[in-house]
Amino acid sequence: MFADYDEIIERISVNQLWDFPGGVHPPQQKALSNQSNIETLPLDKTFYVPIKQHIGVDGRIIVSEGDSVLKGQALTASEAPFSVPVHAPTSGIVKKVTEHVSAHPSGIPELSIIIDADGQDTWIPLKPVADYAKTGKSELIERICDAGISGMGGAGFPTHIKSNNTKPLEFLIINGIECEPYISSDDRLMREHAWQIRQGIDILVHILQPRQVIIAVEDNKPEALETMSIACQQKTNYQVVSVPTKYPAGGEKQLVQVLTSREVPSDGLPIDVGCIMYNVGTCYAIADAIVEGKPLIERVVTLTGKSFKSPKNVWARLGTPIQTLLKHGDYDDSTQSSPRFIMGGPMMGFTVTSLLTPIVKISNCILVPADNELPHPDDERACIRCSACSDACPASLLPQQLFWYSKSKELEKAEEYNLFDCIECGACAYVCPSEIPLVHYYRQAKADIRNQREEKEKSDKAKIRFEARKARLQKEKEEREEKHRIAAEARKASLNKDGGAAKDKIAAALARAKAKKEALAKKQTQNEAPGATAPESDKTEVVSKDEVSAESASSQTAVSTANETEQAEQVLSSTANESSDITAEEDAEESAKATAAAKKKRVAAAVAKAKAKKLAAKQIKKENNES
Amino acid sequence: MMLTLLALAAIVFLALVFGALLGFASIRFKVEGDPLVEQIDAILPQTQCGQCGYPGCKPYAEAIANGDDINKCPPGGEATIKELATLMGVDAKPLDAAHGVEDVKKVAYIREDECIGCTKCIQACPVDAIIGAAKQMHTVIIDECTGCDLCVDPCPVDCIDMVPVAVDSSHWEWKFNKVPVGDIPIRHMS
Repeated sequence: MFADYDEIIERISVNQLWDFPGGVHPPQQKALSNQSNIETLPLDKTFYVPIKQHIGVDGRIIVSEGDSVLKGQALTASEAPFSVPVHAPTSGIVKKVTEHVSAHPSGIPELSIIIDADGQDTWIPLKPVADYAKTGKSELIERICDAGISGMGGAGFPTHIKSNNTKPLEFLIINGIECEPYISSDDRLMREHAWQIRQGIDILVHILQPRQVIIAVEDNKPEALETMSIACQQKTNYQVVSVPTKYPAGGEKQLVQVLTSREVPSDGLPIDVGCIMYNVGTCYAIADAIVEGKPLIERVVTLTGKSFKSPKNVWARLGTPIQTLLKHGDYDDSTQSSPRFIMGGPMMGFTVTSLLTPIVKISNCILVPADNELPHPDDERACIRCSACSDACPASLLPQQLFWYSKSKELEKAEEYNLFDCIECGACAYVCPSEIPLVHYYRQAKADIRNQREEKEKSDKAKIRFEARKARLQKEKEEREEKHRIAAEARKASLNKDGGAAKDKIAAALARAKAKKEALAKKQTQNEAPGATAPESDKTEVVSKDEVSAESASSQTAVSTANETEQAEQVLSSTANESSDITAEEDAEESAKATAAAKKKRVAAAVAKAKAKKLAAKQIKKENNES
Repeated sequence: MMLTLLALAAIVFLALVFGALLGFASIRFKVEGDPLVEQIDAILPQTQCGQCGYPGCKPYAEAIANGDDINKCPPGGEATIKELATLMGVDAKPLDAAHGVEDVKKVAYIREDECIGCTKCIQACPVDAIIGAAKQMHTVIIDECTGCDLCVDPCPVDCIDMVPVAVDSSHWEWKFNKVPVGDIPIRHMS
């Protein structure tokens, strides 16, 4: 279906390339900035180094506040496969490890290491590889990782992951297209440093062993084409190719299609069609890392737009705040009614939220347009379904449908229309006569879908945990019940085994309790029986009544009930033990004369009081229950 | 006469054959459980917060399958109601305010120096997202916390806060009205 190796080689040699669908031709503005050599920025005082500047996971921070660091010293360590370290851009002191505004459209603060420069700019001891051709593949890849290199074309994919290829590779493609209309950083890099880029390519060839190397440069950069051709002329399997200018020819999938006619599958990588692609800036950084031993601490940044009096390209250390670059490019604020600074190009860039936004590994351009240069994206009108966007789409999608579904939040439908194949190049928005910021809608929809997927994953996890917990609690409950059941059975069994003995024990205990109660009742009869005859006992009753009346009205009724009960008890006990009653009466007569009489009165009063209180409480409770 | 009998016999024969076929199919392709409850449960957010009045998402899913209202889930919000409405073939209703209102995503946070180690929140957590032991400080595993709020009430010293989840750039929803400045130039003047 796609062209085979020989056909591709033949067509490339006669420069008859293929094409990708759609694309646009925005007016070229590269001449603004590509006329002069790359300058070096004067050393800044403070650098803000975000610890994550690539796609993947953060490294572990290995410096702490107050440490002094040397230029090129690693600030984070790469521990996970998809993590890439960052390095100190100059020598100085780690002032703070804190959140700082990120080089991201949202500007949401991200963890960054703030370094105060000491002005010495002292390198750490560099360890270059003496001869890469004699060095093992895995060691070189490790070096590339330790140098902190991630794709410098825009996506920031970790280079060591890409380089660790095991699939058959036909074409190593070096991307010098730079299709964004304003940016010229790769252009200047190729013009001035073609030899070093060649070195980087040589190292990659050593690692990857491709059959053919294709260096693709857009035909609007004839000088870069020439220098690259000169640099690569000795190598027979290196081919510098001039690609017709069309945006977005620099997109990875688009460039593969232009050069080889092969289409990268929707969820695949270029290696699935036998290609691997690197940006020229990445090749330069690889040569730096291997041949010089220098980690990635600076990159070329284009300062362009009509608000710069002297647009140019500069070597900017990573972590430099953009205000320094604005100053260096002579930013003229009279050309802008409201300040507007764009990081990246006009097609895919974003407006930064703060002048302290740092330059990161993927920042290739600072565009500061004058008021009349770029439109403000607030004149959106209704979609007229003209389908100009689908003609322009390089991924052959239906942008108007995607827009429709993204706007109405019908995310499933949007996914069905292959929303995730959108490379967010902005060609559709560029041609839209209604000036709809289409890509903005796609980005929102993509973010929504990603967040929903994550939530779904999380809710599945929560469900599993919830069910596991329920099962655990159920099991614990059953175990507890089982334990209780076994204990009860053991009790029963022991009761039966002892047979009469245990039962006798209980009976004996009951008998003892009964006897005690009877003795108590007897004593009471002894105390109260004389009350009927002796005047002293009358006094006892009065005392008890007096004390009780102090309590409450309800307890008075309780007292009477108490007395009634007492009497009833007396009757009961007297009928039961008539003989003892008689002796009790005799005893009472004796004791009445005795001096112990007073003490007995007190005891009786206390007993009566306690009883009355208890009964009163009972009655109140009863009343409450009834009511 | 013969023809009628023949027709009758043929019909009876066919009835028997299809009956046997259906009987076999009902055993062979028997569906365990109620797939509808599973489908509803998959849509619910699994916070297990009980705001719907049922002890967890599954019981509410069962209740919906038995005809309860679909608008009792505040953590799921409008999106969940929409999905449930599509699944159940009913009209989407606004969220029933009696069960709470839709809120930003939150997670529990234990102020650790105030925690007395009573384990009450651990017992309350429906997804085992709190770790700790008796008289030892407790803490919340943020990644597992569903933000259900159930640990807040049992805490005797009120040391649990519900903290909104901070958005980072990888979860950002490209809503520029939520950040101070910023837009995408997108279109280039021609």
